[in-house]
Amino acid sequence: MDHIRAHVLICAGTGCVSSGAKKVEAAFREQLAQKGLDKEIKVVETGCHGFCEMGPLVIVYPEGVFYVRVQEEDVKDIVETHLFKGRIVERLLYKEPMTLEKVPNYSDISFYKKQMRMVLANCGHINPEIIEEYVAEGGYAALGKVLTEMTPESVVDEVKKSGLRGRGGGGFPTGMKWGFTRNAQGTKKYVVCNADEGDPGAFMDRSVLEGDPHRVIEGMAVCGYAIGADEGYIYVRAEYPLAIKRLKVAIQQAEEMGLLGDNIFGSGFNFHIKIKEGAGAFVCGEETALLQSIEGKRGMPRSRPPFPAISGLWGKPTNINNVETFANIPQIINKGGDWYASIGTEKSKGTKVFALTGRINHTGLAEVPMGITMREIIYDIGGGIQNGKKFKAVQIGGPSGGCLPEEMLDLSVDYDSLIQAGAMMGSGGLVVMDETTCMVDVAKFFLNFTQSESCGKCTPCREGTKRMLEILTRITEGQGQEGDIEKLEKLAKNIKATALCGLGQTAPNPVLSTLRYFRHEYEAHIKEKRCPAGACAKLAAYNITEACKGCGLCKKVCPVEAISGEVKGLHVIDQAVCIKCGACMAKCPFKAITKG
Amino acid sequence: MEMVTITIDGQQVQVPKTSTVLEAARSVGVNIPTLCYHPELRPEGACRVCVVEVKGARSLVASCIYPVNEGMEVKTNTPDVREARKTVVELLLANHPQECLSCQRNLNCELQTMASDLGIREIPYQGAKKNHPLDAGNPSLVRDQNKCILCGRCIRACSEVQGVHVYSFANRGFDTTVVPAFGQGLHEVACTFCGQCSSVCPTGAIVEKDDTAAVWKALSDPTKHVVVQTAPATRVALGEALGMKPGSIVTGKMVAALRHLGFDRVFDTDFTADLTILEEGNEFLERLQHGGVLPMITSCSPGWVNFIELKYPELLPHLSTAKSPQQMFGALVKTYYAEKAGIDAKDIVSVSIMPCTAKKAEAVREEMKSSGYQDVDYVLTTRELGRMIREAGIDFDGIEKEEYDAPLGIATGAGVIFGATGGVMEAALRTVAEVVTGKELPSIEFTSVRGLTGIKEAVIPVGDLKVKVAVAHTLANARIMLEKIKAGEADYHFIEVMACPGGCIGGGGQPISTCEGFRQKRIDAIYECDQGSALRKSHDNPAVKELYDTWLIKPLGEKSHHLLHTHYHPQNRI
Amino acid sequence: MKTVEDLKRMREQLQSQNRLRHSGGTEIIVGMGTCGIAAGARAVMSAVLEEIAKRKLEDVKVCQTGCIGMCEREVLLDVVRPNEPRVTYGRVTPADVSKIIAEHVVNGRIVEELVVGKIVE
Repeated sequence: MDHIRAHVLICAGTGCVSSGAKKVEAAFREQLAQKGLDKEIKVVETGCHGFCEMGPLVIVYPEGVFYVRVQEEDVKDIVETHLFKGRIVERLLYKEPMTLEKVPNYSDISFYKKQMRMVLANCGHINPEIIEEYVAEGGYAALGKVLTEMTPESVVDEVKKSGLRGRGGGGFPTGMKWGFTRNAQGTKKYVVCNADEGDPGAFMDRSVLEGDPHRVIEGMAVCGYAIGADEGYIYVRAEYPLAIKRLKVAIQQAEEMGLLGDNIFGSGFNFHIKIKEGAGAFVCGEETALLQSIEGKRGMPRSRPPFPAISGLWGKPTNINNVETFANIPQIINKGGDWYASIGTEKSKGTKVFALTGRINHTGLAEVPMGITMREIIYDIGGGIQNGKKFKAVQIGGPSGGCLPEEMLDLSVDYDSLIQAGAMMGSGGLVVMDETTCMVDVAKFFLNFTQSESCGKCTPCREGTKRMLEILTRITEGQGQEGDIEKLEKLAKNIKATALCGLGQTAPNPVLSTLRYFRHEYEAHIKEKRCPAGACAKLAAYNITEACKGCGLCKKVCPVEAISGEVKGLHVIDQAVCIKCGACMAKCPFKAITKG
Repeated sequence: MEMVTITIDGQQVQVPKTSTVLEAARSVGVNIPTLCYHPELRPEGACRVCVVEVKGARSLVASCIYPVNEGMEVKTNTPDVREARKTVVELLLANHPQECLSCQRNLNCELQTMASDLGIREIPYQGAKKNHPLDAGNPSLVRDQNKCILCGRCIRACSEVQGVHVYSFANRGFDTTVVPAFGQGLHEVACTFCGQCSSVCPTGAIVEKDDTAAVWKALSDPTKHVVVQTAPATRVALGEALGMKPGSIVTGKMVAALRHLGFDRVFDTDFTADLTILEEGNEFLERLQHGGVLPMITSCSPGWVNFIELKYPELLPHLSTAKSPQQMFGALVKTYYAEKAGIDAKDIVSVSIMPCTAKKAEAVREEMKSSGYQDVDYVLTTRELGRMIREAGIDFDGIEKEEYDAPLGIATGAGVIFGATGGVMEAALRTVAEVVTGKELPSIEFTSVRGLTGIKEAVIPVGDLKVKVAVAHTLANARIMLEKIKAGEADYHFIEVMACPGGCIGGGGQPISTCEGFRQKRIDAIYECDQGSALRKSHDNPAVKELYDTWLIKPLGEKSHHLLHTHYHPQNRI
Repeated sequence: MKTVEDLKRMREQLQSQNRLRHSGGTEIIVGMGTCGIAAGARAVMSAVLEEIAKRKLEDVKVCQTGCIGMCEREVLLDVVRPNEPRVTYGRVTPADVSKIIAEHVVNGRIVEELVVGKIVE
């Protein structure tokens, strides 16, 4: 028998695979074999680390050295220098954007330092396609524990005690939900896992499914035992082929090992899981629409009550939680509800995974304890704003969320504070915007999303968001009218009050929160026909300043002949003709053209 | 029944635990406006017009679908509620063609009424509007998607009541539409043209194809002899189109109005209903005695005939070969009547007044030309007749009753009950029992086949034989029957099927009603007509007797075969 | 897998597999600078791996390091047991490896005759 002295972990999440991880892996296998190191060094394919923009990622253990943007041709160097001689390949290390310092160790990188990776503990750390790796990390112990030591009621109580709230958006207490389904009349019940992650930019559920599928399966099985269900469905969008593949592998391995199926651990408890692929409609993330879709119907929400806990899939009591919620379950069972409740704030317990995107230095997935401040997430973990620009707002909670301004940066990130501030936790999308972002345009972007993803069933969402979108569009195009803000407010208020489902009720949030914190930008667009951020193309006015040397390049490049002027004389742009294409500004060698 | 106590606008009420807030409110006279709600369909809570405030709820709730619970406090008329409802209707109007004045549903439109009731004086939102082509490719119905408010009532009627599933929602957001499969026209999909969708549509998005212009033209043409037949169910519903209460019997007024409109002869489809009993009754006895295909199923309802041709073509041999009363009538008008009256059949224009949109499609079927001409030229629904009467300025309230013309206007009570579910069966039993036994029935009322139960069964002694019969109305119930036959579980001898709920009184061409219990009221009126008839058995109809004695010779004879019977063929549409 | 005990047994067997990716355990560090390699570090490394495999040691990590400026004492090999000083052995040959592992790594007894230094961290 050989002793393995080192592990080379290669991220095989969707992000890294698309930036070339598979080629890197092949190169490692080849190089190691060539050097005769393949018997003492193991190459491990893992799930996502959440730092996809730096991919392909390679981590070498036991040292835990973190290599970023590794390409095929870098592999030889890592093998010869690091694996053979034990010296770190400096040039492939991650460089802190603020200090430009190179950081060799995974756990020392600022992006990871403030994180508390509990749900993501195994992601990027184990091979998701080998069940033994999960078991080695303590996997399925929670299932074993509930089946042999706990009653279903005590499982529900433990989850209640943990204070875990749904991670999909609504933040409903998970234990309470389980309790409702447990107490519902009926012998046939279902567990459904909502993996229809639809918020633009959010990919935490995909990462968990790709990186640690067994954790979710185990959470579902524990839930099945707690509520008295013997069948589970994972509703996952077909756009997540890798997640689906890994889930299938995981389910099959769990079945082969007797961790799913009939009479698990000889306890008499049966649990089977099926995968249902969805077509990726945003609305199918709404629980009642999701159930309709599993049943083969058009994914449209239905009115509640009755809640799925009473009448869900095929009319049977059904407990629906999202991926991240289920992924929290094993540790709650293993370490206890009290332990879990010791993390976070009074009403928001545990950790939350956020997807950081936008004008921020570190984009990626970050798992943080509830109650952390927005500032810590953005500056300490996210590494601050790109290109030294000024922070303007952070949009949190996906299309149903809201935009928070700089003065809210010290807000505690928890369910209730966010709602109070006019945003919401949502599934954890976090888009950071800098001074060049127009807030009216941002509201328009999200409204456009909710409008085109509206299921069309209820009037306020279908018709109301369209009218709001039209008003926003005309404001950004300089056609805003006196009274438009009031119309937006009235529509927003009534859509919130009357829409059928959570998606419709929250659709106006991006408009309401930008109106609350950035009303002056709306007013500038409407009254002064000016976009303060200079982002709205139709409102941008290009002007030539005194710096003009009269070279005439701008005049030549202008596609509509809007520029006039004598050689060596000051040139002028005819605003009525200008189509705001920006070509002149790009061409001017003297930076004499401004946009504002 | 378990009751709960709730408070509505400060008023305490006791309602069944299973009620919705809307039902509870209506039970105490609090009227909450609705659009997507229909009393005969499963509530959806889609339009959000019926929102109310419920204490403790996070947002307003849709009362049509929100269940009551003990101690609930509801407010139906607060400033927030009124503003919300108004906003919803304003939004619907912003995406609606403002063509009310020229719309077929003008003054009979729920959206229009709602806008008026809520006091909407301007539409504050201007922007994009739907823009879909008209679906007018079939003889029965016209769909204008631009007038659709996406309430989904047509979808629910077609799938829940009829089990036909022609419509569904397609696309998302502002582009959401209601479409038949692949966005095709109704004539390209498995639509039976029953018209139930048009009966539940709150606006003018689905209407009967209007054929009144052609009829006006014929009436004003001096070279044409225009005759009209009126279906049994029209006389108990036409009144509603002219402002009367459901269940008003207007037979004599209708006849008078038709004469005023200029029809040369006003006849009654009840006459050929009696004739149908003799043909179909004899066909039944023939099958019974000579080992024909049983159970035999009635064929008067063209929506039903389309259904079986589309969905269960393998069961077509069960269908009686007798034509529907409308088509028997059409065939006789241009032969027997033409001969008798000495009019050239080519100069006769044959019009029928029907409770039915599928009848329009039936009249243009290839098989329905046994007189050598199209047997029935124009089919008008009860609704269209109502409009013609209004257009002609006839004072329907005040008009004196008149009698039908002879001979094709002479009918029995057995003919008139064709208009209600179970009526054809009852009429047939009245005749078959007497023909078989040769003895007069002690009682002619077969109440076990009457009423609104979806599927009714009875065993009727006819001589030595116990005849097992069943009656189904709505196509969803018809499907249940056909599945039973397919499974070999239907030991019936005779089955009556009507496509529409309640039978023809609830036909897709009848005046539109969302009034509670309107079907039962029309049914009661039908049986009242029966009871008021001097003759109540089809074989007692003297005009029918004369027809056989002088012309047809005998039921199922040569001429009958040619004029009064037909054949069916599978229809292949998805 | 039939019982929870099966699961526990399996986990115990598998845990060593992933131990490399967690902190903790004893570290054996082999000097793999040019000097070390020239002095036969690769052979020492192989001997270490062989010995660990033979003894089925689970909680031991083998690392490498570069030149630490004691080239004449190469091959250098360090042993760090949890919460104990880092002990550096010099002029280690493959033949010494089994003794160092048996005495120090497994039983905590430092092989004094080969020691060139101790560092308390």
